[in-house]
Amino acid sequence: MSRRARKLGRGVALVGAGMSKFGAFPDKTSRDLFADAFTAMTRSVDKGMDTEDIEALYVGNFSSDLFEGQGHIAPIMADWVGLVPKPATRLEDACASGGVAIREGVIAIASGLYDVVLVGGTEKMTNLPTERVTDTLAAASDTVYEGACGFTFPGLYAAMATAYMARHGASVEHFMKVGIKNHNNGSLNPKAQFNKSIRDLMNSRIEKAKQKGEPVPEWSDELDFLKDPKANPVVAWPMRLFDCSPITDGAACVLLVAEDIAKNFSNDPLYIVGTGQGSDHALHERDDLTSIAAARIAAQQAYEMAGVQPEDIQIAEVHDCFTIAELVAIEDLGFFKHGEGYKATEQGLTARDGSKPINTSGGLKSKGHPVGASGVGQAVEIWHQMRGEAGPRQVPGKDIRLALTHNVGATGGTCVVHIYQRR
Amino acid sequence: MEYKLTAKMFAEALKENRLLGLKCNRCGAYTVPPKKVCLECASEDLEVVELSGWGQIQTFTVIQVPPEGFEAPYIVGMAELDEGPWLMGNIVGVDPDEATMDLIGKRVKLGHKIHPGDKFSAGEMVAVTFSPQT
Ligand SMILES: [Zn+2]
Repeated sequence: MSRRARKLGRGVALVGAGMSKFGAFPDKTSRDLFADAFTAMTRSVDKGMDTEDIEALYVGNFSSDLFEGQGHIAPIMADWVGLVPKPATRLEDACASGGVAIREGVIAIASGLYDVVLVGGTEKMTNLPTERVTDTLAAASDTVYEGACGFTFPGLYAAMATAYMARHGASVEHFMKVGIKNHNNGSLNPKAQFNKSIRDLMNSRIEKAKQKGEPVPEWSDELDFLKDPKANPVVAWPMRLFDCSPITDGAACVLLVAEDIAKNFSNDPLYIVGTGQGSDHALHERDDLTSIAAARIAAQQAYEMAGVQPEDIQIAEVHDCFTIAELVAIEDLGFFKHGEGYKATEQGLTARDGSKPINTSGGLKSKGHPVGASGVGQAVEIWHQMRGEAGPRQVPGKDIRLALTHNVGATGGTCVVHIYQRR
Repeated sequence: MEYKLTAKMFAEALKENRLLGLKCNRCGAYTVPPKKVCLECASEDLEVVELSGWGQIQTFTVIQVPPEGFEAPYIVGMAELDEGPWLMGNIVGVDPDEATMDLIGKRVKLGHKIHPGDKFSAGEMVAVTFSPQT
């Protein structure tokens, strides 16, 4: 099939980014969370912005319909931050909704239709009991054929994890090491849902047992803690509780503008130099369960557009909805060879002080995964890291000029990749 | 263009433990479960065929936290059918608490299980089952 190289019609810049705290907030609806994120975003615009400048809103949201009984949320979000009567559009591609919303914002500016676009993502998940959340997330898989046999969302990723172990000789400990690394990063992120390391969590359980006069667990280290089925029960073998991202409320916003007006808003804008998106069949129709074809396609498009190689990317936020997903992601993006992601993780290469820091925010695992907001939340972390504003979790000793985000919908039916440049 | 094999026809045959699929007259690939076009080449030149119902387990998981209407633990997995395509279903005849990586590569025979369905499905759902042969 012949294919022409794709280029943006004109350059697009990121001039502001902010997020609500991620967590469980019984007193907040998705619109409150969105307003929190919008406020944080406006404060990040160096030279200030006027809401009147915004010409359109794109908002990522997976299922406010089922989570909150609220459909048609884009105009509500627009209303809440004072954008009515500007056009407001909701994008839904499961957990990739936020990343897809950014891409649609980029395309809208590149086309010349708008100069200033607000992109957001929001999800309010904690109103429902866990069983209903599981059902709602499972709605993003193939409900006719995958649903009949009781496949859950963690179950589908667990099936990928089993295939990964069988193919590459990885063990459950390798999955656990992804979680330990991401919690270490999240412990330094005040906006994270679980801003605690696994060791902190382990020590606080020991402390609690002592206070209550209960038998004190004898865990020798984090891995020992994670292997204890009482502390870390199996959800869908080999995925345990601490292999799964949590159920989260949260929102994130970014402000995109045409490149030629970026300096009117920001002293230090970021430029979106690559965007790519792909789709794929249901899981049982894939050629390979240890790789996500949509991710490889999206990455290839983004690298080609940006004119860069995987080794040029200095940091990345990847879609670790489950620990196995991060291993698959760092291989699909070309950072490590197929089947070597788990070894790289074990060697510390993906840690904050490693050669290829991955998920410095804590990732979906520790920061939280409000599904429709997650893709936009990734861009918020890239904004802080590239501008050197990430505080105690700032990647050490790197002048970050190129960064990447990778956002997956469900088991890879959608994947969207963006590449950011600081000039 | 009408469907040669609908989800309903697929399910009705499965209830008799017959596995129906689509064979592509252009590239020869099998598409199971059915869809409008060939999985491999997107051709619409397809014919309905009955497959052997034999395959080999490729991956699995033991579900401990089930969706509404299911009782854990149970095993779900995927098998590569003798004719090539992969299919997902419940692995039965194995104690979920005893499931190990040894399951991978096991020869399985296809069967079925009826699930009463949920509020979104139009009535019952028919799931594929895989019975490992010793
Ligand atoms: Zn074909």
